[in-house]
Amino acid sequence: MTVPAELVIVGASLAGLRAAEALRAGGFAGTLTIVGAEPHPPYDRPPLSKQVLTATGPPPDTTLPVRDDLHARWLLGRPAAGLDIEHRTVNLSDGTAVPYDALVITTGAVARSWPGHRPPPHGVLTLRGLDDALRLRGELRPGRRTAVVGGGFLGSEVAAAARARGAHVTLLVAAEQPLLGAVGTEVGAHVAALHRGAGIDLRTGTTVEAFEAERGRLVALRLSDGSRLPADTAVLALGAVPATRWLAGAGLDIRAGIRCDAYLRALRQDGTVAPGVVVAGDVASVPHPLAGGRHLLLGHWTNAAEQGEAAARTLLHPDRPEPFRGVPSFWSDLHGARIRSVGLPALADTVRVVEREPAAGRLEVAYEHQGRLVGALTIGRTARLAAYRQELQRRGNEATGRDRPVPARRGPR
Amino acid sequence: MRITVDMNLCESHGQCVFAAPEVFSFDDEDRLLHDPSPADSLLEKVERAAASCPVRAITVTPGAR
Repeated sequence: MTVPAELVIVGASLAGLRAAEALRAGGFAGTLTIVGAEPHPPYDRPPLSKQVLTATGPPPDTTLPVRDDLHARWLLGRPAAGLDIEHRTVNLSDGTAVPYDALVITTGAVARSWPGHRPPPHGVLTLRGLDDALRLRGELRPGRRTAVVGGGFLGSEVAAAARARGAHVTLLVAAEQPLLGAVGTEVGAHVAALHRGAGIDLRTGTTVEAFEAERGRLVALRLSDGSRLPADTAVLALGAVPATRWLAGAGLDIRAGIRCDAYLRALRQDGTVAPGVVVAGDVASVPHPLAGGRHLLLGHWTNAAEQGEAAARTLLHPDRPEPFRGVPSFWSDLHGARIRSVGLPALADTVRVVEREPAAGRLEVAYEHQGRLVGALTIGRTARLAAYRQELQRRGNEATGRDRPVPARRGPR
Repeated sequence: MRITVDMNLCESHGQCVFAAPEVFSFDDEDRLLHDPSPADSLLEKVERAAASCPVRAITVTPGAR
């Protein structure tokens, strides 16, 4: 494939915008169309569970700046409904067919919904997009009884934000500690103490069995310990699911996100490269050097930004693409504590506490798998992260063979 | 080039320190320090640092001193 003339990006969020910017910066002078499911221009998501919920005045505008020289055609509020790889066409839900020479898929993820047979009553919310955040913000008032369900970072952030707004907050976590699967017991214990110190009723080892409603509106949650928790609002933070439903029948491997090769090229079900299709961000399942080449889905801001650029690079330089080797990093701000992390803490079999000073609000931990560093996390010690990141970058470069020649493209062009 | 950092926005994410350690660093309290007019040879790294800042606190003006 030579450099395309007609380029379509499906997914108008950070990864899609960064891909568009990188394509223009790299000299792409053809037609650029950006399709977005939501009516909003690209906006930043991390503040949705933080400042957008906690701001006492009007919520901050999280719109991402779009350069004037992007010269893109925006098709917003028009979800993609199908993809025809053979005829290189994206079909939108309103019936429009959008042809492409090259396609960047950055459709992200959606909030995992309640697994029960019946949909939950009014007053039970999820948080993924801007509209979700504004709706939830309207529910967070002083004295409101708010139940947050979920042991991940989103649940912890929403609980902290609701508490900061003066709500009575119960955080329900299935595991023995919040964040256990993501970052381990040491950090989980630290965060549990932060939650309890802020006045959040943290209940671990507890799940939701059912919702109780009156006139269709939530009044209480039935919990796994047999108790009944009265609540005005419940927020489900049960994780994210890659947004691939629109790709059903397209022939891509979408068993867990869109499976890609190391250059972010989409793979078909038979393992061959789909011609002219690259993928980036939360929807991309990418072989990761720090995970021994295993495919991973990562839902982090830096991952979306870096993969957007990398996917553009693959399209701009089809004859000399580079494998994606970004070092993952993520952050969270909880009750004023700045949690910063690099690498893949969830892969660790060993967590080494390097420094722990709870009184000063400081923590530094290193994550290892089979004796090798795979990640690090600090609270109030960001300065210490750079050295870990450097080591992880070095390891990633080594594993992907920085100077190794690119293998020939598989499959038809 | 000239670099300004809006310290009201900075949340000490450290992405700029990862991208351009010659220019950005932290003190013991995780406050960001930076060289306001580094050598022009560092421009690419500095622009990468500005692009990697999750809160867009870094402004780079090429050429200016």
